Amino acid sequence: MDKKVKININGVDILADQGDTILKAAEKNHIFIPRLCFLKDVHEEGNCRICSVKVEGQKNLKPSCKTIVTEGMKVITDDQEVYDNVTLNLELLTHRHQFECFKCSRENNCEFLDLLRRYSIDNEYTNSYGPCDLDFYHYQDESKVMVIDSSKCILCGRCVSACEKYSGLSVLHFNERGNKTYVGPALFHDIADSGCIYCGKCIGACPTGAIKGYDYVKQMERDLRDSNKKIVVQVAPAVRAALGEEFGYPIGTNVEGKMFSALKKLGVDEIMDTNFTADLTIMEEGTELIHRLEHGGKFPMFTSCSPGWINLLELYYPEFIPNLSSCKSPQQMAGALIKTYYAEKMEVDPKNIVSVSIMPCIAKKAEAQRKEMGRDGYQDVDYVLTTREFARLIRRRGIDFRNLEESKPYGMLASYTGAATIFGATGGVMEAALRTVSEILENKSTPIEFKQVRGNADIKEATYKIADMDLNVAVVHGGVAILEFLEIIKENPTKYHFVEFMGCTGGCINGGGQPIVKAIDQERYDVRSLRASVLYDIDQKNELRKSHQNEFVLKLYEDFLEKPYSKKAHDLLHTKYHKREAYNDVE
Amino acid sequence: MLERIQVLICGGTGCMSSHSKEIKKAFEEELTLLGIKEEVGLILTGCFGLCERGPVIVVYPDETFYAHVKVSDVKAICAEHLLKGRVIDRLLVKNPLDKGKIKQMNELKFYSKQKRIALRNCGQINPLDITEYFARDGYLALGKALTELTPEQVIEQVTASGLKGRGGGGFLTGKKWQFAAESKNDIKYVICNADEGDPGAFMDRAILEGDPHSVLEAMAICGYAIGASQGYIYVRAEYPVAVERLKHAIAEARSYNLLGDNIFESGFSFDIDIRLGAGAFVCGEETALIKSIEGYRGMPVLKPPFPAVRGLWGYPTNVNNVETLANIPVIFLKGADYFTSIGTKNSSGTKVFALGGKINNTGLVEVPMGTTLREVVYDIGGGIPNKRKFKAIQTGGPSGGCITEKDLDTPIDFENLTKLGSMMGSGGMIIMDEDNCMVDVARFYLDFTVDESCGKCTPCREGTKLMLDILNRICEGKGTLDDIDELERLGQMIQKTSLCGLGQTAPNPVLSTLKHFREEYIAHVVDKTCPAGVCRNLTNFVIDDSCIGCTKCAKNCPVNAISGWPRQVHTIDPELCIQCGACKKACPVGAISSKPLERGVIHG
Repeated sequence: MDKKVKININGVDILADQGDTILKAAEKNHIFIPRLCFLKDVHEEGNCRICSVKVEGQKNLKPSCKTIVTEGMKVITDDQEVYDNVTLNLELLTHRHQFECFKCSRENNCEFLDLLRRYSIDNEYTNSYGPCDLDFYHYQDESKVMVIDSSKCILCGRCVSACEKYSGLSVLHFNERGNKTYVGPALFHDIADSGCIYCGKCIGACPTGAIKGYDYVKQMERDLRDSNKKIVVQVAPAVRAALGEEFGYPIGTNVEGKMFSALKKLGVDEIMDTNFTADLTIMEEGTELIHRLEHGGKFPMFTSCSPGWINLLELYYPEFIPNLSSCKSPQQMAGALIKTYYAEKMEVDPKNIVSVSIMPCIAKKAEAQRKEMGRDGYQDVDYVLTTREFARLIRRRGIDFRNLEESKPYGMLASYTGAATIFGATGGVMEAALRTVSEILENKSTPIEFKQVRGNADIKEATYKIADMDLNVAVVHGGVAILEFLEIIKENPTKYHFVEFMGCTGGCINGGGQPIVKAIDQERYDVRSLRASVLYDIDQKNELRKSHQNEFVLKLYEDFLEKPYSKKAHDLLHTKYHKREAYNDVE
Repeated sequence: MLERIQVLICGGTGCMSSHSKEIKKAFEEELTLLGIKEEVGLILTGCFGLCERGPVIVVYPDETFYAHVKVSDVKAICAEHLLKGRVIDRLLVKNPLDKGKIKQMNELKFYSKQKRIALRNCGQINPLDITEYFARDGYLALGKALTELTPEQVIEQVTASGLKGRGGGGFLTGKKWQFAAESKNDIKYVICNADEGDPGAFMDRAILEGDPHSVLEAMAICGYAIGASQGYIYVRAEYPVAVERLKHAIAEARSYNLLGDNIFESGFSFDIDIRLGAGAFVCGEETALIKSIEGYRGMPVLKPPFPAVRGLWGYPTNVNNVETLANIPVIFLKGADYFTSIGTKNSSGTKVFALGGKINNTGLVEVPMGTTLREVVYDIGGGIPNKRKFKAIQTGGPSGGCITEKDLDTPIDFENLTKLGSMMGSGGMIIMDEDNCMVDVARFYLDFTVDESCGKCTPCREGTKLMLDILNRICEGKGTLDDIDELERLGQMIQKTSLCGLGQTAPNPVLSTLKHFREEYIAHVVDKTCPAGVCRNLTNFVIDDSCIGCTKCAKNCPVNAISGWPRQVHTIDPELCIQCGACKKACPVGAISSKPLERGVIHG
């Protein structure tokens, strides 16, 4: 877009890029226009009317987020009339919103509250006419995974669009109409049975706290105070790439050292790194791939680390279940080891161990609750905290995160190679697997980096020659791309050997449990690439970059699991998937 | 055999619900019994318009107009009129002037002042028989367009006719077609917007039921003009008769190859399908309508891009209202000049109005643009019943506003109505008399829009609800003067910042009643009284000295709250009165009215 358009905003002549909206042109020229519902490329519907401006010659105010600049256009963004109208609309939204900021998950980054402060909204309608009719509010948390609280909802519609544009499933939608409108699955059905895959993209899109993960912070605090409980915490690779954002660090800051120090300060008994079981996953999954190659198993083989992806497959494409690797996700492998191997080693009754994982993910909360993910009446992972909840816990415990020393975990299950850490970015599992599989198959040292599978393209394909065989691999992330790619596989079932799937675009670094980036910053920064670069940086700096070089993993096999793909490994580290259907109790 | 007599029975929804189908059946039986079935043609037509007098029957060739016909009347009509040629006097309409009877249809002032273009075939033909439409030059316009005119010429002619969208917007139809024609794409669509939703408006339904082919023909002409080969009629499922007749008409047109491939061997192909709407008012907004056809929730999207550029499934689409389309064939049959010769300079042609409320001749009327409101109300509509005083006329449905006595001589056209703070809308016209409380009227319309708001944009979703809450407070007697200011503030903001037409016009009924009847609002909030005696909490009925002691009020009171001797002034016991207003309605001299009580809210 080289062509320029001359416009005038608030009396100042501006050269805007052709095709830009008024909002964009204004922001490029550092002119403030308030915005609330606009989320670039995801939600451009003009619901909220907060960005309304006056355009000369137009009878009504125009939403600047969708009005394209034209030559000679004269725009007023901030006269009394515009101000009054914006204020009045904010007042109206305020009337609907129930202010419970003290317990809100968006305690420090509520986009709505920011605007209310900027415009000194005094909630006059609630004061004069009483609160909004409480019958309009809908609440559900039965899933223990996600919470929908319509009393916080300002009906901007971002989550609805995010659900459609990211997952491709449109599970969330508007129910009822007019003033009674509220967001949720159709008929406000329990989200657990609504076909939702828990990618959590709706949460990242919400400007308020109307939709959020089920909160385990209080539970964790309670357990921390209980001296009878042994608390074992595992932290996923992607958490360290984003946790810093909650404490004011720029997007793409590695806070691994401070993160471990924070865990120590919290007083957990054992720190485990999910990275360790990521290496273990490669050993199991890599062996499974080789096994399938050598014994003629089902192809293409699909990775199974992302529970969002597993949900999607079980719900919408159960015919592909045989293609899935039988490996549990790294979280569940870690959970199983904590309650068996670790318990044995430390001579603790597994019943007294609280296994907590800190994940960038909402779907992990559901995965931990799966019946088959436990033994003898207890779950392998007792509960899951998201990166956000973890940050909240740190704040609540009064830990000065920014001034923490960096430290390393003291646990036995915390060592990892570079291959494990890139699990958190799209293409990472594939690359890690290729590093190990190629070396085993070729029986010599092979290259480390497989760059074709990196990056943010929705579908990445590559062919690698390994042991005289063309291995066709693909990497797919995000619900929409997955749905597209599964159809491609249906048409061409024999083309691919190994496919990595991630439920979230960008992989775990962009998971539904990660810190929420405000709409305007989502536009400004390439969040996915910045966070991914942290993980690739850790990988590059690591001396060991191949999973089979992790000596603690090898020791684990020696001590406990015998060998990859052994009977014992199968019992603990592998699982079965099953077909599921949504809306079961609706006729 | 040629029929000696034709009996046209109104088959509009109104008359159908008062048993016109059974009447037809009775005719069949009776005529068979009399042995003259061969000589008499029985036709179930579309709406005659004079719904107030339904079921309506017209006997041709002498054009005898029978009103309020019952099944039991059929025997007499057959025996006397059809067999012996004697008109049944008691079924004729009374002439209000000389108390005599009016025999012929065109003698009725209701019809003589009308000019029927869009409704030209309604009540004239059997909508289920395409050959009757042929007999009225049906599909001649399409033939002419396809064989004699280029698409550009078709658009030129529509533009020259000055036809404006009859659905409410009033945008030039020719221009609209031109925009769609200019969008380059191999796939385009024509949509007929039959999602009629204004309370009280039913002209689209009447056309679809009475003359479905005119709409099909016009859609095909439009398809030819803009380069579309597929049309959709988006009609609400609550119009089962219209849907059934449309289906029948489409099948008939297909069988004559007036829809389908290579129509008139011109190389032009066009087909039409029906899409049923679930009845959401907002789906009458074209972008919401398109979303609904696509299978999404019917919510409007921002314009631009306009449907002419990006419409149904992303393809250029032209959306026209039923009445607009019904005018199209006439433009080609009689020429654009003929069309512009009717109406005013800026608004050519006619407009159909649905008359309702406090008026004698409730029904459907079509008048040339430029006819005054007074003519519509008093000449065609027959004035206000029960000697009540005219108060206001509400046009444009929930998007429109009120027009008062002083503006009754305004010629009707798009510009004038907008200037008066109302709008043409789709043509609903509700007449109000002194017994209507204007605050209550505003509340009624706002209640409708609050209910029908899709919930997408803030001002419409939240603002209209808050306005309604305020109106409810006022009607309950809890309002303050500040509330009135707040209504205006909110109303203006909603107009300025709402996303679609529904929101932008939703405050109109409130703002326009505030403008014309502010004193009524003030009476509600300051005097705590409802002058019209509608708002129960603010009503205190009293009988003044003009009472003639006729006892009608006492006889009509359901709770025996009225006492008094015959020929003496009566009184109402406020403790017993339930403010139902039956006495006020019954009083022949207007002696009963609502008066403020000094102690403020009357029934809190």
